[in-house]
Amino acid sequence: MNSLTLGLFYTVIRPEEKWILQAAEARGLAVERLHDGEMTFPLVKNGFKADIVLNRSVSHSRSLYALRFFEHYGVPTVNAYDTVALAGDKVLTSMALQAAGIPTPRVVVALTPEAALKALEEIGYPAVLKPPVGSWGRLLAKVDDREEAEQIIEHKDALASPQHSIFYVQEYVQKPERDLRAFVVGDEVVAAMYRHSEDWRTNAARGATTEPASPNGRMGELALKAAKAVGGGVLAVDLMESPDGLVVHEVNPTPEFRALTGATGVDVAGKILDYVAEAARR
Amino acid sequence: MTECPECAGTLQRKDMVEGEIFTCPECGTELEVTSLDPFEAAKAPKEEEDWGE
Repeated sequence: MNSLTLGLFYTVIRPEEKWILQAAEARGLAVERLHDGEMTFPLVKNGFKADIVLNRSVSHSRSLYALRFFEHYGVPTVNAYDTVALAGDKVLTSMALQAAGIPTPRVVVALTPEAALKALEEIGYPAVLKPPVGSWGRLLAKVDDREEAEQIIEHKDALASPQHSIFYVQEYVQKPERDLRAFVVGDEVVAAMYRHSEDWRTNAARGATTEPASPNGRMGELALKAAKAVGGGVLAVDLMESPDGLVVHEVNPTPEFRALTGATGVDVAGKILDYVAEAARR
Repeated sequence: MTECPECAGTLQRKDMVEGEIFTCPECGTELEVTSLDPFEAAKAPKEEEDWGE
């Protein structure tokens, strides 16, 4: 029954991808490696056999085009193109969360540096300025006052990339020195953890320390709703404990999970592989 | 065994797969396994703007 071939679309082999390769082997799945830096995409499918593709590329733009091509070739993908397009963009994610009635921090988006100052004033200081795409807590700025806002906007404007001229302004949530990450696979929150940091950015990639959290209760319920709001699949949902209760601030469509695996002991890679194999057979 | 492209330190192959990211134990540079047999490593790809978890 295990004659499936899993296409692993990837950039680099981190511990996550290594665990995925091991989990595939343990399940008797053949793996076809599809390197995002080497693969080419003709309009008509040729040259690859995968029955389903698991996207592990770390590049949002490469992911988007590749997933669209795989779908065009009739090959299902985890996650789906639509999910990655939504969840990979903070602007679109915030809209989807709000539309689904999920508590989320206030956000105002501006499309020019001039409007960005207005957006910051509308949100009020301190505020958080984020690039719509990209993560690991990079290029985020906490803006404490107007003077700082003017300096940061000037710097962003000097960066040539179009991504830097879209301004995503989020309210600064007064939270404890931690946030929550819930890992959703299909209809289940498979693991969750707290990320502690004295830095206001609690990314594990920035050295936050972790401890396991219960995947149930209000947190689990919100995480599942948030995952569904962006189309579902394999998603990491980030939540903060605001004074008014839990809020969802991000949904990651190609999440890392080494810190989570370490903190909880859950075989996240195995859960992903079971889900992917199931999806391929549907 | 091969040399780190950055510091020429000695790199052991251990239990690695092609494409794997690892850190040079001598200089801390992030490296990528580019070939297993013969064992070769190059500097890991540089982080790009749209990369992220």
